Amino acid sequence: MLLPQARGALSAALLDLLRRDPDPDRTAPAPVWPVSADSSADEALSLWVLQELHYRGFDDVDDRWEWDPTTIALRGRLERALEGRLRERYAVADVPRSDDLVDDVQTMIEQHDGPSLAKHVQQHASREQTETLLRQRTVYHLKEADPTTWVVPRLGAGPKAALLEVQFDEYGNGDPGRLHHALFERGLVASGLSATYGDYVDEALPEVLEQNTTLSMFGLQRRLRGAALGHLAAFEATSSIPSRQLAQGLRRLGFPEEMTAYYDEHVEADAVHEQVALRDVCLVLAKDEPDQAELVRFGAWACLDLECRTAEAVLGLWAAA
Amino acid sequence: MSAEASGRPERRADIVVCPGGPMLVRGDVVIETEDGVRHESTRPVSAVCRCEKSARKPWCDGTHKLLPGWR
Repeated sequence: MLLPQARGALSAALLDLLRRDPDPDRTAPAPVWPVSADSSADEALSLWVLQELHYRGFDDVDDRWEWDPTTIALRGRLERALEGRLRERYAVADVPRSDDLVDDVQTMIEQHDGPSLAKHVQQHASREQTETLLRQRTVYHLKEADPTTWVVPRLGAGPKAALLEVQFDEYGNGDPGRLHHALFERGLVASGLSATYGDYVDEALPEVLEQNTTLSMFGLQRRLRGAALGHLAAFEATSSIPSRQLAQGLRRLGFPEEMTAYYDEHVEADAVHEQVALRDVCLVLAKDEPDQAELVRFGAWACLDLECRTAEAVLGLWAAA
Repeated sequence: MSAEASGRPERRADIVVCPGGPMLVRGDVVIETEDGVRHESTRPVSAVCRCEKSARKPWCDGTHKLLPGWR
């Protein structure tokens, strides 16, 4: 993957820096990071680029930038701002807090009423609108499950083994052909879309980038491990039924079997993952480490909140087309 | 913390009944439904429908959550 297009002064300065050779003995002062007037897309893209250095990097960036103090400092600043925005919204959200964590997460999901893109695709979205949605989804689906894998070595035996039970299934149970992001790749190619990692990032909505940078932040920061797992539980618990609706919509629109197969797989897989993630991962984590329970709620809330913002943004994109 | 120290049993359950949800079954299983059709599991853990409303029986497809008072 090559670096994406800049979306403002900050990402322009960052991309310019990353195209240079990092010099470990550099004594030059740290760059002063400019901030654009409307900086949300600019900040979201900058953070996405910085986090990607920890995944598969960029063909036009020296891999040593991953742990350079300059990139780490900027990533820290952008993640603090992102977490601050999330916590501001979370503080005023109606979050159930009983002594039953599973019930709290399920109640949060039930009470949440954002727009459902899956229902639109099932019932009346056009082929073009659906392709637009699939291109937005590539930002996550082409590295599906990866952000949560960062959490594995940070857990005790109970939640660790259970999390790996979910992740192993996400990764095709040892069969690369059944790995979920490989299934999505096949679906994209059969649908005439690009399956190359990063190809659609230039058109990714800021809301989609932020949905992804939040998940990476939860995964990359050990402090937020409870949020990463709460996010996983809410994500899996809101996947089976929408996946079935998406598969129905894709069939209605004549998408190839490879694309519907990806969503078919998620109907059954996520019905399992939901139970394991909620009960064997999150609940056991909260028993082992009681201070993580509130982070589980925070992560679950963030998953619902960010998907709602993405859905509204995609509806806006469809309306504007 | 070991499994014993945390008070959990040494051996985890192969079959777990989820409150208000499916039954989780670990391992390779073949389920024969009322119509005599045999269904082979395709993943290490499978969720078996208990609400009778799944469109993919015998496997759970989340439909139980659309039923009134499912929890």
